[in-house]
Amino acid sequence: MTTTAPTPAARHSAPKVRLRGERSPLASAGLHLTLIVASVIAVFPVLWVLLTSLKPAAFATTTDFFKETTFENYTNLIQNTKFLTWFGNSLLIAGLTTLLGVIVSASTGYAVSRFRFPGKRGLMWTLLVTQMFPVAVLIVPIYNIMASMGLLNQPAGLVITYLTISVPFCAWMMKGFFDTIPREIDESGQVDGLTPFGTFWRLILPLAKPGLAVTAFYSFITAWGEVAYASAFMVGEDNLTLAGGLQLFVNQYGAQWGPMTAASVLIAIPAALVFLFAQKHLVTGMSAGAVKG
Amino acid sequence: MAVHTSQSVAKAADDDTVARGRSRGTGTPTPPGRLRRALSTHWYAWTMVAPVVVVIGVIIGYPLVRGIYLSMTDANERNVARSIGVNHLPATYEFVGLDNYTEALTGEQFLGTLGWTLVWTVSCVTITFCLGMALANILNRRIAGRSAYRMALILPWAIPGFVSVFAWRFLYNEDRGLLNKILSGGGIDGIPWLNDPTWAKFSVIAVNVWLGVPFMMVALLGGLQSIPSEHYEAAEMDGATAWQRFRHITLPGLRPVSTTVILLSTIWTFNMFPVIYLLTRGGPGEATQILVTQAYKFSFEISPRDFAQSSTWGVLILVLLLIFAAVYRRVLRTQGDDW
Repeated sequence: MTTTAPTPAARHSAPKVRLRGERSPLASAGLHLTLIVASVIAVFPVLWVLLTSLKPAAFATTTDFFKETTFENYTNLIQNTKFLTWFGNSLLIAGLTTLLGVIVSASTGYAVSRFRFPGKRGLMWTLLVTQMFPVAVLIVPIYNIMASMGLLNQPAGLVITYLTISVPFCAWMMKGFFDTIPREIDESGQVDGLTPFGTFWRLILPLAKPGLAVTAFYSFITAWGEVAYASAFMVGEDNLTLAGGLQLFVNQYGAQWGPMTAASVLIAIPAALVFLFAQKHLVTGMSAGAVKG
Repeated sequence: MAVHTSQSVAKAADDDTVARGRSRGTGTPTPPGRLRRALSTHWYAWTMVAPVVVVIGVIIGYPLVRGIYLSMTDANERNVARSIGVNHLPATYEFVGLDNYTEALTGEQFLGTLGWTLVWTVSCVTITFCLGMALANILNRRIAGRSAYRMALILPWAIPGFVSVFAWRFLYNEDRGLLNKILSGGGIDGIPWLNDPTWAKFSVIAVNVWLGVPFMMVALLGGLQSIPSEHYEAAEMDGATAWQRFRHITLPGLRPVSTTVILLSTIWTFNMFPVIYLLTRGGPGEATQILVTQAYKFSFEISPRDFAQSSTWGVLILVLLLIFAAVYRRVLRTQGDDW
């Protein structure tokens, strides 16, 4: 597989300009080959699901790439199930999580990056420690809390829960990102009479777009793809999210792969769109964030 | 990048001053005195972190305390407070101290599961890190079609986890999955990917690596791009070989990123619930059960549901990870971290 990669990669991790001439055609071919193999492995499972969804259900397990291409899996799915309702629920929950997640983690990250305040160390540790919490321990008590607050079966309940998953990591990453923005900018803001909030909102936030894009992407993906809480907290066919809905759907359709693959494709589309939007910022945002993490 | 940023910032700052000056002539006067200024700074900082503190306190803090309490009782489905119809039955479970912990730590089940969890975590993180490092290094060079490759390689990250796991189940299917069909096309017997204990272990690790490489690669790619190219130029002047440059510039340059992503991905992998649960449900038998899926099983899948046992395992998971994180930070304490 790709295990041969480290050697050629390691050899020439130096600046591109200098090394472009130094690379032999053979090395180039090797690099391309490695990348192609890796890309195929990365893309193939997803592609295969897409191709399968376009075959009639009866041919779902054939090995042909195309066989009597049809959209019947999709029309079935949309007409005969509550798929669109689930889709809407998921979109609402993921959208809210993203919006709130970005705001909250940006402000937390900024506070931790810029201010020295009592409790900062503790907060940083808490953010790290919350990553370590096993779902299994939390799910029952959180369920009880949500029940007592009347948030069960409400989008708000899931949004809050998802925030506890996404915000710690995002805040950490934003902290690292803000660390790379020179402090002089804040100081100039203060000199000009801006409050710390004003400085944050008007000066720093616009500069942090790559970091914000990554945070948004991460929050969205977290909320969109989460299974355990979603299936525990939401009941009733109209309230389900996609993750929960799909479980029903497995039982309903037994071992039929056709409709399942169509559902998977439709579920993957919004995530892919958010990804496309965020991807050009991904490397910059992550690097700044992770370098100082 | 840095230069560009600071220029645009300076401009933004200027514009802002003008706008501000007009709209809010009074501004906020800087409070005199060091103490008051410090206080007001803290006030802002505290306000900004308040939402996180409140949400984490309620959603994580309470369940944690409750979990620790439950782990010291003999709570299970039959003796917790519950309602049957209109009758409300009070809880009858009792405090048993550390019995659950002694039982878990001396029993074979916990230690056995822990062993596989460690194998799972170490192999996933190692393989993911090495592949991510290799791909990041290749992608960091000038190579035709670089952005297309990058898009393709990040794709697994963009697909919701349960969809990818489903895709893999579909490929792994023993009778009709594509992998076995390809093998049988080559005259090889189908492999019981998810039904044989050893193969199942291999399969879950493969899927988790597939899921984890994009994150690793993106993070390391960012790290590579932040290493100043002057360092490489200087090294080339001094006649350093490619390996020496990698060993003495790239690796140390990636150290801050690497330590962070290894720490995070170790924690995530250790608790990687969805991959195991959706792929094998811990089976065949208990072969691929990691600590977190087993804890989930205790409180949701066995009868009677054993909340005490589940909480005990959960607390042990947390303690193990805390010890790991503390040791890790101590050993690799990076300079300049002020927390």
